[in-house]
Amino acid sequence: MNVAVFWTLAVLAVVSGVMVFRFDSMARATFSLLASLLCVGGLVVLLGLDYLGIVIVLMMTIEMAIMAVFMVMYMMNPAGLMPMTMMHNKKGAAVVCGLVFLLLAAGILFAPWPARRGKAPADPTMDLGMSLMGPQMLTMMTLGMALFATIVATVVLATRRGRYDRLGDDLRARRADDPVRGGVGR
Amino acid sequence: MSLELFLLLAGALFCVGLFGALTQQSIVMLMMGLELMLGGVILGAGAVWHYVAPAAADGQVLIVLAVTAMALEMAVGFAVVTALFRSREVDMTDMAAELKE
Repeated sequence: MNVAVFWTLAVLAVVSGVMVFRFDSMARATFSLLASLLCVGGLVVLLGLDYLGIVIVLMMTIEMAIMAVFMVMYMMNPAGLMPMTMMHNKKGAAVVCGLVFLLLAAGILFAPWPARRGKAPADPTMDLGMSLMGPQMLTMMTLGMALFATIVATVVLATRRGRYDRLGDDLRARRADDPVRGGVGR
Repeated sequence: MSLELFLLLAGALFCVGLFGALTQQSIVMLMMGLELMLGGVILGAGAVWHYVAPAAADGQVLIVLAVTAMALEMAVGFAVVTALFRSREVDMTDMAAELKE
């Protein structure tokens, strides 16, 4: 049973991963990527990590929904009504990727992998939580800081007019320079 | 199922993503390639946790790290696309490189 699930998910993941870059429509490409990442989530569940698998499934669903919105906003040809390719250096990239895969496969097949040591805990989720709140606390704090920095950075990058545009470089302007009157600065 | 099979699948996903990241001209499609690469990393970390060291939680922590990296990459990527598009009406890597000069 598990073997059948593995092969189904594995083939689906790779095929939909390849289809991401073959679809004409960008919306379709987004959902193909979603299918591929959902298969990855399913495989993680298959490995016994239920919590992380479900987290991946939920996160990817939301992420790809947002991505589809951005696709439609910025990209040409969101519906794929005309065939098109937007690629450069296809041959070189294919060679690089083939070589990287061969290198990885050689490493995977010829490396003397250590035997399985220890037994999986009865509740891996509990184990993860205790680890993140204990010995891996530094990792968790770094992730938290990175997430916070991302929030700040994305807002700064995406804002059209910040307070320095409104009130001058030293924020001393007596009157905010707004294109439309009647806002907070009046 | 074995460690090798899972790692080969992870490697395949990684390489497909790499191909996308190297070839795609549209910045958002390029980000999709990066997401696929990180998906491969997640699968590899899960497989190593399950088949090599299930007693330690480090493999799981690595997955949390990769998932967070995915989310950050997407958020910052879209913010950069928004900023680029706003200032230059550009959504392709080649055009962004040309306008630099």
